[in-house]
Amino acid sequence: MDKAMLELDEITAAYSGSKVLFGVDIAARKGEITCLVGRNGVGKSTTMKAIMGLVKTPSGDIRVDGQSIFSLPSYARAKAGIGYVPQGREIFPQLTVKENILLGMEANPKVKEIPDHIFETFPILKEFLERRGGDLSGGQQQQLAIARAVVSEPKVLILDEPTEGIQPSVIQEIGRVITRLKKDMAILMVEQYLEFVLEVSDRCYVMEKGRISMSGKTGELDKDRLQQLLSM
Amino acid sequence: MDLILMQLFNGLSVSSILLLAALGLAITFGLMGIINMAHGEFIMIGAYTAYVVQNVWKSVFPESSSDIYFLLEMIAAFFVTAIVGLILERLIIRHLYGRALDSLLVTWGISLVLQQAVRSIFGPANVSVSAPAFLDKNIQVTGMFAMSGKRLFILALAVVCCTLIALMMYKTKQGRNIRAAMQNRDMAASLGVNTAKCDMITFAVGSGFAGIAGCAITFLGPIGPTIGQSYIVDAFMTVVVGGVGKIIGCITGATIIGVGGPTFEFFTSASLGKVMIFIVVIIILQFKPKGIFSMHSRALDD
Repeated sequence: MDKAMLELDEITAAYSGSKVLFGVDIAARKGEITCLVGRNGVGKSTTMKAIMGLVKTPSGDIRVDGQSIFSLPSYARAKAGIGYVPQGREIFPQLTVKENILLGMEANPKVKEIPDHIFETFPILKEFLERRGGDLSGGQQQQLAIARAVVSEPKVLILDEPTEGIQPSVIQEIGRVITRLKKDMAILMVEQYLEFVLEVSDRCYVMEKGRISMSGKTGELDKDRLQQLLSM
Repeated sequence: MDLILMQLFNGLSVSSILLLAALGLAITFGLMGIINMAHGEFIMIGAYTAYVVQNVWKSVFPESSSDIYFLLEMIAAFFVTAIVGLILERLIIRHLYGRALDSLLVTWGISLVLQQAVRSIFGPANVSVSAPAFLDKNIQVTGMFAMSGKRLFILALAVVCCTLIALMMYKTKQGRNIRAAMQNRDMAASLGVNTAKCDMITFAVGSGFAGIAGCAITFLGPIGPTIGQSYIVDAFMTVVVGGVGKIIGCITGATIIGVGGPTFEFFTSASLGKVMIFIVVIIILQFKPKGIFSMHSRALDD
């Protein structure tokens, strides 16, 4: 509980010269769901990409379980124990559901076959194992994306807007799943849907213009100010 | 009837060489978005590898027949070309991913360098490799129609190579990683796939199959430093017509161009036949701009 599993230290990030993040500090602990909220375009997804090494990060440091992964390429970061569920899910459409999950196991050579708990958590995936990923519905793809990220038993799970474009019943299901997962891993989630954030998260970071403007335990945050920061 | 059969068989045999040449290209051009003008020279390197293996073998075992070492030639052609491809990928090509036009110019330069290098080493004159004796036999099917053993062998070789590539891409872990990296590079990397290593292996294997194509060509006639030039355009056409990313596309493209070319030439003349096959290609691309069997890939999406 005390030590942070994922730490971002003064991270800056830039897309072809124009800076997007101006020194972001975030810590996510095992046993907690940490949410990163903010309006559109403030740099939430960029923060996630920075963790994964998909954008240029000129300065700062990123640590997983105390080890710096800052100078590692993306695939090595995945192997260091980060599971990534990107915005828009990014399922491999031409690959089968099974192949998508098997790809998730690349990050951890210790996992030799798809563990049963994946299918207990997401029974729909077992039914559709041989279907192509692109043929699944949005909600099913989201479940597949989470399964693909957690099959390697990561230390940190990062999710980018998992509720986007998904029907309420599946959102509830996803909420249940990540609440169950937090005992095994630190969870950092970018989310726009405030109700969902207040319901599942333990800790919140609010982002404005590439900086963290407010943070704290979800229960202790000033709800009115939060509402105001997030409203258009 | 015999004439039609003969025409069809010759066409299929041209198709099988095109298919061998295009398999590698389908991988590097189709999946990686590199317009590799040096692919023809990989064919040439494979052919010259076969020539070198033959000469070394003949000098070491002067008594033995050519029946044995052609397998060795083929394996050597694959590996030598794959290694040349690997070196080129590491040194030059990997800096060109996502820059199709630059890659065209650079690889054209590489192709000139490779041609001149071979010309300097082996001389400008054509050299020949003797095909294994058991392939010299023809199989008489009907009165006038006979299938040449060499051409049958190349046809079989093309089938074997297609199967091997299909197995590699669809049944192995490495193949799965390659397909994932081609569909969504960032996501594959985020899952722990070393995409740079994937590129390297993909390029080397694609080059290696060009080497096998080169080795097969030596069975049909003498080879020279510019042998690759005569195959590169047709090989590109094969990939473009068939559509990228699928082996079935490559097979279809090779069949259309391989069978269509000689058939048109038979009914008209050599140059008019060429014109007609180009017209067919243009018409196909009008209706199927991404090729007959298209698949979304990284190269096409961005």
